[in-house]
Amino acid sequence: MGLRRVAIVGAGMTKFVRRALETPKELTYEASRMALDSCELSLKDIDTVTIGTGPDAFDGVHMNGEFLNDGAGAYRKPVMRNYVGGGTGVFAPIHGWFHVASGLFDTCLVVAEEKMSSCHPHPAGAFLTIFDHTTEQPLYPTLIWIFAMEMRRYMHTYGITKDDIALVAVKNKKNALDHPAAQIAQEITVEDVLNSEVLASPVHRLDISPTSDGAVAVVLAAEHVARRITDKPVWIDGVGYALDTAYWGTRDLCYPEYLEVAARQAYEMAGIREPHKEIHIAEPYDPFTYKELHHMEGLMLCGKGEAPKLLADGVTQRDGNLPVCPSGGLLGVGNPIAAAGLMKVVEIFLQLRGEAGKRQVPGRPTTGVAQAWGDLMQVGSVIVMRN
Amino acid sequence: MEITARLIEKTATPLSHKDFVQGKVFTVDCEPDLRYAWDDGVAIGRYLKELKQGRIMARRCRECDRIMLPPRMFCERCWRITDEWVQVEDTGTVNTFAISHVDWTAGRIHKGQRFYTPAVIEIDGASAGMGILHLLDEVAPEKIFVGMRVKAVWRPEAERVGAITDIKYFKPV
Repeated sequence: MGLRRVAIVGAGMTKFVRRALETPKELTYEASRMALDSCELSLKDIDTVTIGTGPDAFDGVHMNGEFLNDGAGAYRKPVMRNYVGGGTGVFAPIHGWFHVASGLFDTCLVVAEEKMSSCHPHPAGAFLTIFDHTTEQPLYPTLIWIFAMEMRRYMHTYGITKDDIALVAVKNKKNALDHPAAQIAQEITVEDVLNSEVLASPVHRLDISPTSDGAVAVVLAAEHVARRITDKPVWIDGVGYALDTAYWGTRDLCYPEYLEVAARQAYEMAGIREPHKEIHIAEPYDPFTYKELHHMEGLMLCGKGEAPKLLADGVTQRDGNLPVCPSGGLLGVGNPIAAAGLMKVVEIFLQLRGEAGKRQVPGRPTTGVAQAWGDLMQVGSVIVMRN
Repeated sequence: MEITARLIEKTATPLSHKDFVQGKVFTVDCEPDLRYAWDDGVAIGRYLKELKQGRIMARRCRECDRIMLPPRMFCERCWRITDEWVQVEDTGTVNTFAISHVDWTAGRIHKGQRFYTPAVIEIDGASAGMGILHLLDEVAPEKIFVGMRVKAVWRPEAERVGAITDIKYFKPV
């Protein structure tokens, strides 16, 4: 295709917290500076910047990308903001990949930031206006409603129980105990999940990731530059993204078609024919417990309705055959929307470099996939990485 | 040494409620009072006019042969103009549902207040899988099930304004 090979060569992230003192610009600066420090580059080595951030309604700041510009080191540089809802965190590095793979730039700083805590009484209210303004908003829907309905459709179609799904929270919150940025890491049981407050049945409090503030950044470089920067580049070998129809009631919510489309694109680019065999480690998007399972299926890491069995059998534990969300995921590390997706990319980057510390999965993985999801349950963004 | 452990030590200072009560952190509040008036458009415009008359109208695409709700002037699959209006029933089947204890701002419902019971309802006469979002009522939340047959409960004619809420809710048949 005439595309250049692109590597991730550096990464940085802030802690994820419920409410941060730092402004969005300050969080963005911290993550960007750390990413450059990690690969011993300075801002003058960066040709272009991409900024990923979620709904402007969280911050109450119009043109959030421009607002973050200074913190992201993008002053008087070519810069673009991208936004596909919750899918932004994995779309942002895809966006950065375009810039470098195309040959236009040799290096790109990719920054994803979210500060949800400014929105009151609760950032969930900012989502009202994603629904159709005439046929849905007058019913005052919330995202938790439609996710509860999607979770029920998934359970109903494949005969999955809440116990099966609750294990995701147990696994991920425990994994997050080893993540230095984690907001809500804890050791819990399936009973804790089932006994936690019901928000919208079948969704309980412990089925949901928290609202968070935080920022994450990575540095991308073209092959000839990457090899000068580090002896452990992690290659972006496949990218894919797709949006399904916004008529969400027209889709069968039991299966994420949008993700299969995106995953097939990424796998084809990476030359992956049998994802369940060739992918060693996965970070599917897990803002809700059932979504990790839903997305494992959409990523074709198992058959439809089969993800709960892999989970129950321990296959997706850190020491299993297919570690899933070894970072602790959004359920354990936290969910500053755009930043959370990029945190997953950073986790695969560290795991493939063998630098994930206590979180390191055994067996020297060589191929990993990170994925995010968003908008009206309709967007999938996928990156395949190799060391 | 691992990258994250080395780098994230001093980033993102967590704040607690106490920090605000004690005046350690200042905030500026902003409550912009903006209102939007969204025009209903061609397809939904007709849909609302018909709802005011107590009818649910869908659009058919002859190419994929779908009868679509909510109605649309173009078919997103075939990407062409849809062909005709079709009246469908005001009955349907629950495709999925939730029993919600929270409102749209994530606020908890009051003691004694009924849970919100939103559902995706596949309307009879529209193509299979064509669900619309609406609310269920006149049924105990624990009695709701996927596959339950329901019927629209309309506002009295004089109270209808041409809105999705001209249907108050759906109830079991």
